[in-house]
Amino acid sequence: MAKKVNVADKLGANNYHTDETHSHITVNKENEDTQEIDQVVRICPAALYSTDQNGELFFEHLGCLECGTCKALSEGKVVKEWHYPEGSKGIQYRFG
Amino acid sequence: MQCERLSEDGNSCDMHEACHRSAVTVFVKTYEGVGNMTEERFDCIVVGGGLAGLTTAYVLANAGKEVMLIERGNYCGAKNVTGGRMYGHSMEKVIPGFAKKAAIERKVVRERLSSVADGTFSTKEFASCDPQIPGGESYTVLRSKFDRWFAEQAEEAGAMLINDILVEDLLVREGRVCGIIASGEVMEADIVILAEGVNGLLAQKIGMKAPVESDMVSVGAKELIGLSKDVIQERFELNDGEGMAWMINGFDGVCDAFLYTNHESISAGISMKVSRINQTEKSVPEMLEDFLEHPEIAPLLEGGKLLEYSAHLFPEVSIQKIGPFYGDGVLITGDVAGLCMNFGDTLRGMDLAVESGRLAAETAIKALDQGKFTREILAGYQKALEESSIYAILTSREEE
Repeated sequence: MAKKVNVADKLGANNYHTDETHSHITVNKENEDTQEIDQVVRICPAALYSTDQNGELFFEHLGCLECGTCKALSEGKVVKEWHYPEGSKGIQYRFG
Repeated sequence: MQCERLSEDGNSCDMHEACHRSAVTVFVKTYEGVGNMTEERFDCIVVGGGLAGLTTAYVLANAGKEVMLIERGNYCGAKNVTGGRMYGHSMEKVIPGFAKKAAIERKVVRERLSSVADGTFSTKEFASCDPQIPGGESYTVLRSKFDRWFAEQAEEAGAMLINDILVEDLLVREGRVCGIIASGEVMEADIVILAEGVNGLLAQKIGMKAPVESDMVSVGAKELIGLSKDVIQERFELNDGEGMAWMINGFDGVCDAFLYTNHESISAGISMKVSRINQTEKSVPEMLEDFLEHPEIAPLLEGGKLLEYSAHLFPEVSIQKIGPFYGDGVLITGDVAGLCMNFGDTLRGMDLAVESGRLAAETAIKALDQGKFTREILAGYQKALEESSIYAILTSREEE
């Protein structure tokens, strides 16, 4: 049975060159499609999308694996803009 | 989480902006330096340092062509992930005997194939043989290690590899791709070869790739779990250098799962077509956790240490829906071209990436030798792909 997984701890094993200030992904906070938001929250392998008690959507770019899954699922809906991080930034897999 | 490179004063670099600026400066200086020696252009620019791009650069450099490969990660392989197992046949054509030299993990000698009903595994085990290619051998690999090794070979062959640079756009004149735009600089080339990976942002900009929809890609999420060589070999009954590939179909109803033995680690993960998220209540990390904690799997990972947590998309497009693979002044290869096949018992993209990279390079060499870069000349790549062993693989089980 699935239980709450601490993905942040797992991401801690990874090596990143973090762009602290600039998020390469922006979300559409106006989107009120709760089903769509729920799917985006659940599809992100890094668990970087979340909602609060009021259903407000949050996205945290630190820890992003740059896979493009949220883009494939919801570009133009929940995902407003999706870019790769600037060159040299982001995840640097040591094993892959 | 700190830059591993040293800055100019020799201190560890924690100023990422400065670090990036220095990479851009090196990039521009390098380009100008080479440009002054030649006709201020490269024969070929390759975008992306994965298997397709590295193969292209390696083959072109070996033919004496001036090729520059641009990679956005700190090194080739920094952004690349596999399950994973590589079938060796196409790499063998590029670097014969590569498995003896390259950073491979283990040679796959045994396979398991499981189906799951109500949480219970039904598993068959067999000696490994590639069903598509007689004598085809396969290897477990870790891409950051393998690709770095391959990048060294490409550089030794004479290719110019530039890391830390994201190609933002393509230079298009009168419908023909003439170069790339990165960090505000324009770099020109006779041919641009896109090996940018599954998301294919540049290929989309020039209309060579449809926007990626959720039913066209699968997401894979993987944990790399460190265990000693002896423990791995005892648990999986393997000898030195021998590996196992295990595909688990229908785990959890909506996703598949996989497990591969590396030299001193195990790759264990799940994959699911992105559009299937509406068929489950679970999140991707929860599905992965359920797999890792399953009674069939957990004992095999016991005592292991998480070394890395990774995720990547891979294409799941019918062959009828991919291509064309060429345009004016441009070729597309590997994942960006949709060259990946999931048969359930095998999941392969890396051998297709290598083969497409080699064929793209061969077409580019012909075009460069003739000094012609039109669609008609570059169409030779499409023809070569369609006549290749990988197309035979792609179409072999299309009806199933």
